[in-house]
Amino acid sequence: METIILFAPLVGALICGFGWRLIGETAAQWTATTLLFLSAILSWIVFLTFDGVTEQIQLMRWIESGTLSTDWAIRMDRLTATMLIVITTVSALVHLYSFGYMAHDENFSENESYRPRFFAYLSFFTFTMLMLVTADNLIQLFFGWEGVGVASYLLINFYFRKPSANAAAMKAFIVNRVGDLALILGMAAIYMQLDSIKYDDIFATASTLSDATITFLWTDWNAANLIGVLLFIGAMGKSAQLFLHTWLPDAMEGPTPVSALIHAATMVTAGVFLVCRMSPILEFAPAALAMITVVGAMTAFFAATVGLVQTDIKRVIAYSTCSQLGYMFVAAGVGVYSVAMFHLLTHAFFKAMLFLGAGSVIHAMHHEQDMMNYGGLRKKIPYTFWAMMIGTLAITGVGIPLTHYGFAGFLSKDAVIESAFVGSQFAFWLLVVAAAMTSFYSWRLMFLTFYGRPRGDKHTHENAHESPVIMLIPLGVLGLGAIFSGMIWFNSFFGHTDQVAKFFGIPYAEEQAADHSATDEHGEAKAEGEHHYVFTGQPGQGAIYISPDNHTMEEAHEVPKWVKVSPFVAMLAGFFLAFQMYIRRPDLPGKLAENQRPLYLFLKNKWYFDEIYDVVFVRSAKWLGSFLWKKGDGKVIDGGINGLAMGIIPMLTRLAGRAQSGYLFHYVFAMVIGIAILITWMTISSGAN
Amino acid sequence: MDNLLSIVTFLPLLGAVILAVFLRGDDEAAQRNAKWVAFWATLATFLFSIFILTEFDPSNTGFQLVEERDWLLGLQYKMGVDGISVLFVMLTTFLMPLVIMSCWNVQHRVKEYMIAFLILETLMLGVFMALDLVLFYLFFEAGLIPMFLIIGIWGGKNRIYASFKFFLYTFLGSVLMLVAMVAMFADAGTTDIPALLRHEFGSETFTLLGVQIFGGMQMLLFLAFFASFAVKMPMWPVHTWLPDAHVQAPTAGSVVLAAILLKMGGYGFLRFSLPMFPVASDLMAPFILWISAIAIVYTSLVALMQTDMKKLIAYSSVAHMGYVTMGIFAVNQQGIDGAIFQMISHGFISGALFLCVGVIYDRMHTREIDAYGGLVNRMPAYALIFMLFTMANVGLPGTSGFVGEFLTLVGVFQANTWVALVAATGVILSAAYALWLYRRVVMGDLIKESLKSITDMTRRERAIFAPLVIMTLLLGIYPSLVLDIIGPSVKALIGQYDIAVATYQAATQIAAN
Repeated sequence: METIILFAPLVGALICGFGWRLIGETAAQWTATTLLFLSAILSWIVFLTFDGVTEQIQLMRWIESGTLSTDWAIRMDRLTATMLIVITTVSALVHLYSFGYMAHDENFSENESYRPRFFAYLSFFTFTMLMLVTADNLIQLFFGWEGVGVASYLLINFYFRKPSANAAAMKAFIVNRVGDLALILGMAAIYMQLDSIKYDDIFATASTLSDATITFLWTDWNAANLIGVLLFIGAMGKSAQLFLHTWLPDAMEGPTPVSALIHAATMVTAGVFLVCRMSPILEFAPAALAMITVVGAMTAFFAATVGLVQTDIKRVIAYSTCSQLGYMFVAAGVGVYSVAMFHLLTHAFFKAMLFLGAGSVIHAMHHEQDMMNYGGLRKKIPYTFWAMMIGTLAITGVGIPLTHYGFAGFLSKDAVIESAFVGSQFAFWLLVVAAAMTSFYSWRLMFLTFYGRPRGDKHTHENAHESPVIMLIPLGVLGLGAIFSGMIWFNSFFGHTDQVAKFFGIPYAEEQAADHSATDEHGEAKAEGEHHYVFTGQPGQGAIYISPDNHTMEEAHEVPKWVKVSPFVAMLAGFFLAFQMYIRRPDLPGKLAENQRPLYLFLKNKWYFDEIYDVVFVRSAKWLGSFLWKKGDGKVIDGGINGLAMGIIPMLTRLAGRAQSGYLFHYVFAMVIGIAILITWMTISSGAN
Repeated sequence: MDNLLSIVTFLPLLGAVILAVFLRGDDEAAQRNAKWVAFWATLATFLFSIFILTEFDPSNTGFQLVEERDWLLGLQYKMGVDGISVLFVMLTTFLMPLVIMSCWNVQHRVKEYMIAFLILETLMLGVFMALDLVLFYLFFEAGLIPMFLIIGIWGGKNRIYASFKFFLYTFLGSVLMLVAMVAMFADAGTTDIPALLRHEFGSETFTLLGVQIFGGMQMLLFLAFFASFAVKMPMWPVHTWLPDAHVQAPTAGSVVLAAILLKMGGYGFLRFSLPMFPVASDLMAPFILWISAIAIVYTSLVALMQTDMKKLIAYSSVAHMGYVTMGIFAVNQQGIDGAIFQMISHGFISGALFLCVGVIYDRMHTREIDAYGGLVNRMPAYALIFMLFTMANVGLPGTSGFVGEFLTLVGVFQANTWVALVAATGVILSAAYALWLYRRVVMGDLIKESLKSITDMTRRERAIFAPLVIMTLLLGIYPSLVLDIIGPSVKALIGQYDIAVATYQAATQIAAN
């Protein structure tokens, strides 16, 4: 069954991409979509019937060199199963949605067949993403990792006539490669230390890393920390974390369904998945975890600030994605991997929903993406409006404080923030502030788009129309996820130790009596007669590893009430501010931007990351390239050698002249004679021996 | 078949002789006949060479299918293959029919052109199979002549300069090798390569003209061979002949040069330098690792700024050869496995990339990147194939380019993490130059008037690329096809190398005490 899930999208991609001339465009699109739905249904069956026992399926041998031995294989555990439903569900819905969205694209002329190509890319992407999550060793993960990179490159470049799309696609690939560089080195370091690259072997021996050292750069490193940091830098590239985030906003050049699938729900979460997958190593790498927390929190904060002032609807959501990914990393960084996965799951639903909703708005507005030209669309596109509303309620985290009832984002984001409070105060405060900003920019998006008076081109507004049913169905399904996924799986990801342990297949045991005095301090749980459990698994048992010393999750349940309420308060603050600025006093934002011009420009220009990188990396690389070429190769090397040969060259040119006039074979003849003489000389000297 | 290796080696030569003796005239029919004769000769060679692979036993790490005969002047004619060389033989025979097919549009002196390629194939095959020093040298050096002619006669505007540069660089390097060979013969009393592999060359430090030579005799021999192989590879900083040669060479010449001739240097390191002079190799390894890492970064940066497509790909070749030398001198299983794999895979990928340039050169007669743009609009099939090989060149997993790059990096990381870090930046830079090239040539809108009527690939061109596409993907998905064959021989090589180095180190320890 897992094999079918994995390969159905590949078959779909191949049939759709190469076979559409035979079976026709529409049939090709339906083939790809049907196979994706098959995958999705099977994934749900696997997820719901999964019993927590890790399962492996060998497919074929892959790279084998000495003790470095890898297979193509499928690893099925809770992490994989969770990712499977996220990927296949969103992908299947995006396929369906694309029937409507891609039906008439202005970037292509009437008789061009761009649709099968689009569906083939989407299916190919899904296949590589599934390869990434089902991998049983790091190299296969890397196959998927690069595969999704290529798929992303192709899809960003889908409007291949637009220079901006070409540039964005290149940028996405190259910036990702910076992360890949670290990932490759991380794999090399793991192999050097543990003599294997398979998950089972890595996990089984991961504990030895904490005592080993690797010499890298100028100093000796603790092996676990070094590997953790290298892997995380890889994850930073794919998940667009601070410093390697610049490609994600540009990637919005791709068609909107692509943004929903790749740049919101699945590919960009691959980094989070990697970090959770490598929990057996990271649990021994405190420094790496600290780095993950700090970078994650800074990203969450940074991206939220930039999101405040963007006017392109897709860019706002892109920065929002970047920011939410930061939340996930913080959860992983403080050691609560299950919550990182939880937020990944809920985020996939509501963010895909927001993107598809935005796509629906863009579709309605004839590919206008600037929110300054929207306004008052509530009545024109009511279904889309409600879908976006659910998405906004989910991302801003609306729910009933101190209970477990609320939209998906309420449960998962609060879980992240509570965990952060235990693990790192720094991250906690940044995340709470980011939550307020999230709420602000999300409501700003809603107000600018759906409320107020219509702005911009009148004609466009008059012709704004609701999207076809085929685009609304995916919105409805994702809406269900955005509302309920948090409540349904809260206990599995962030419940008590035994619930989480059972879900992830980790061995657990009742906490021993001797420890009871310690837990008493934390509150009433024991007094109510509940049992306390601890994780007892060894690394590699179960889908994630949580060391016996890691109590962050249990402690996160016991945080003070004000901590639990803080994200809700932040959310309200953001909402009221947005309400004030965009509904009651629509003139305020303009004035504020005037008064605080430097700050506004700083945010509007995304902290000038692109400009700085352009000078520091792009231009200097080009300059260095020219310099090495003209001066290094030209002047020094060729100049030097030519200088040496200056005496011979006039002779050569004479020879060359003769060569041209047909005497070349003389030269060859001379060569052969020369070699013959040498051989003779050798033979004679051998006789003398 | 006792003479299998000789049959394979000299079958192309037979084709050349037939062409030279029987084919007369220069009309169209004669030209077509010349191409067909050459094609069938190379194809037959490939079919025969399949028997080499089926007869070959990977678990046997010695030389197999050995032929030995007396030859003129008391010299020996000895041929054989082992796990290290057999795949280079296969690479050569596999690519040559494609090379011949790619020159179907040539009209100038077709017969001679075909003869040159056929002779070249014989000589290249001889290099990989020769088990006698003199024989090896003959093949190695004589191979220069047809290549020199191919560039010099059928090349571009500046062909004379390029062909002489090519010739002088490679020839001057090998003069030193010849001297070293004489010295080896004097020392060991034989030119038999298997015997030389067993012979221990002196490694005691001595003083020459006031300079202390660590590693003694081995070091001198090593350096002499190094001079030749480094130019052949080519390694930085003696690489500048390659871009010029590639730019001026005709498409088919570029393919052979990049896909096969460059591999002779790497093969030489594995056949001579490592096993015969292990102590010197060990002493020189850190130096070579650094040169390789510099080569990767340096040439990748230079490639970034090229305006000529062929030059860009030529510089990218130098960078990829940097991975090869790095892997070889990491001297561990992954490093050397990766280096050999990289050489084989680079044969397919760089060959295909030069063919990609050839496809549009045939149509537009320019290699300037600026002359193109938006080709995808009219050439979707071409865009797809070029994309595949661009990604393979970048080292995408699933293509053969990845396996070699990854294994060499893993190998080098164990030897020296600094070098691994510097070399791994090639991962970023290769993506930059390759994708930028692709963008400028294939992507964007088709604006240039001159390109408005360009046509997509013909059936013949697709037929040339099909085998390359298959091999690139097959080796990427199932690399065991190569690794199973080279693995045992590489392991044996490393085993002997380690023993020799350990013995030397023990000896110097004792001497120091």
